[in-house]
Amino acid sequence: MAYDIDYIRSQFPILDQQVQGRPLVYLDNAATTQKPVAVVDAISSYYYNDNANVHRGVHTLSQRATDAMEGVRDQVREHIGARESAEIIFTRGITDSINTVAFGMGALIKPHQNVVITALEHHSNIVPWQMLCERTGATLRYIPINEKGELILHSLEEIIDENTAMLAINHISNSLGTVNPVSTTLARAKAVGAWTLVDGAQTGPHAKVNVQDWDVDFFTLASHKMYGPTGLGVLYGKRERLEALPPYQGGGEMIATVTLEKSTYAEIPHKFEAGTPHIEGVIGFGAALKFMNSIGIEAIAQHEAELLDYATVSLSSIEGFRIIGTADHKASVLSFLIDGTHPYDLGVLLDQQGIAVRTGQHCTQPIMDQFCIPGTARASFAMYNTKEEIDLFKAALERAVNMLR
Amino acid sequence: MTISEKQAALVDEFAFFDNWMDKYNHIIEMGKSLKPLSDENKQEDLLVKGCQSKVWLKAEKRGEAVKFWAHADAIIAKGIVAMLIDIFDEQPAAEIAEAELGFIEEIGLKDHLSPTRANGLMSMIKQMKIYALAFA
Repeated sequence: MAYDIDYIRSQFPILDQQVQGRPLVYLDNAATTQKPVAVVDAISSYYYNDNANVHRGVHTLSQRATDAMEGVRDQVREHIGARESAEIIFTRGITDSINTVAFGMGALIKPHQNVVITALEHHSNIVPWQMLCERTGATLRYIPINEKGELILHSLEEIIDENTAMLAINHISNSLGTVNPVSTTLARAKAVGAWTLVDGAQTGPHAKVNVQDWDVDFFTLASHKMYGPTGLGVLYGKRERLEALPPYQGGGEMIATVTLEKSTYAEIPHKFEAGTPHIEGVIGFGAALKFMNSIGIEAIAQHEAELLDYATVSLSSIEGFRIIGTADHKASVLSFLIDGTHPYDLGVLLDQQGIAVRTGQHCTQPIMDQFCIPGTARASFAMYNTKEEIDLFKAALERAVNMLR
Repeated sequence: MTISEKQAALVDEFAFFDNWMDKYNHIIEMGKSLKPLSDENKQEDLLVKGCQSKVWLKAEKRGEAVKFWAHADAIIAKGIVAMLIDIFDEQPAAEIAEAELGFIEEIGLKDHLSPTRANGLMSMIKQMKIYALAFA
């Protein structure tokens, strides 16, 4: 079946607009994706027809809202191949997902133990572990990267040792696009009995993974990077891990019994979902998953790979164009610099021509420090981008470079 | 020229361009022609806090007036600081400290800067006024 780009674009009305008098070219998808009609409609329909608080009311609307939310939990379970839907926790986002695990581990980790991350992490997969180590006296280690932005694995057995309590690693780098060899690193962590977490922030929109095939303990997703609403993340955890992990936040919904002296906690997933959840976010995310699957994630990934190849070749003809992150295995992200220009200046002049890219450190300051650069300009592609847009992007970039040099 | 005459002249200059790519081009040209700040002055303590890119600002008292130098690693930021220097350089310290900068609104610069850049611009102005106050 041919990839019906016209149909796909028609589902994203926001794309059809002028910015600074030019057609919008949205290439900031690694930051957040646009939302299709199906997602916006699902959210409106929920508020027009079904809005009620979940899990507690006995009335019809509450039941409907609860069924809708729990239906999405099962959809997510199916999407990532989890054993049971109780292993799917809804959070405020991946930052919240990782903090939930890192906070809970505070009660479990010992001072002589260590946590291993990589030099390729988003701040959200660095800072919670630094905080955990500060609280507990544990040590934070990281797997280094080479000049292409790939993990250096030859000393993996020294970095991940019998004192490693947790390996927390991203699958796809948000700032460089590197696809990391998750299975190799997980295998080492499992061999020493460490817990494992894979950050799937950039996985969700581009690849379908099976958490049981990976045999990973925790996995995270962000709705808003997968064409769904903001403010909603997923934390998958194996039942036995989630049961061992103390809850992160206390409050309503997460308890079994409360007396003024002592409370007992609810079963998973509710133990980790204190307070009224982001119900419309969950419902919108369900619509987003359905929409993505109707196009086909493999088809989307193939389309994006073609765009990445096309852009890489096309932009390389600009004098002084330099890609930051040249891993052999990359997904959908083109981070670059152009000699004699500053990425912030490129960002402004591209915006003036209707092109939306991200400039700066992309919440990955250690990576920028390693490459000794102030940041990059980053174009990132989604299901609705086209080669014509890359041509517009290139023309705008050439004009900007001419002005700046 | 006084500070307000300098501002009026800048507004006239920008009125000449009818689109923002050309206005930005002009800002960039101003950045390129800003008199350089020597490397030994690109010190941590001269960095303006609150700018996304690195902006260094140096000032010296010259009688009643203040002399400014600046540098920025991004050229648009450099152009913006060049505009401010064009207005404030060698003006009386007391007048710099009191000055209202209507040109930003009149040129339309404020609406065309992202919030982080607009904050950066405000930080540059604040820093120049702090120097002026110290010298006044």
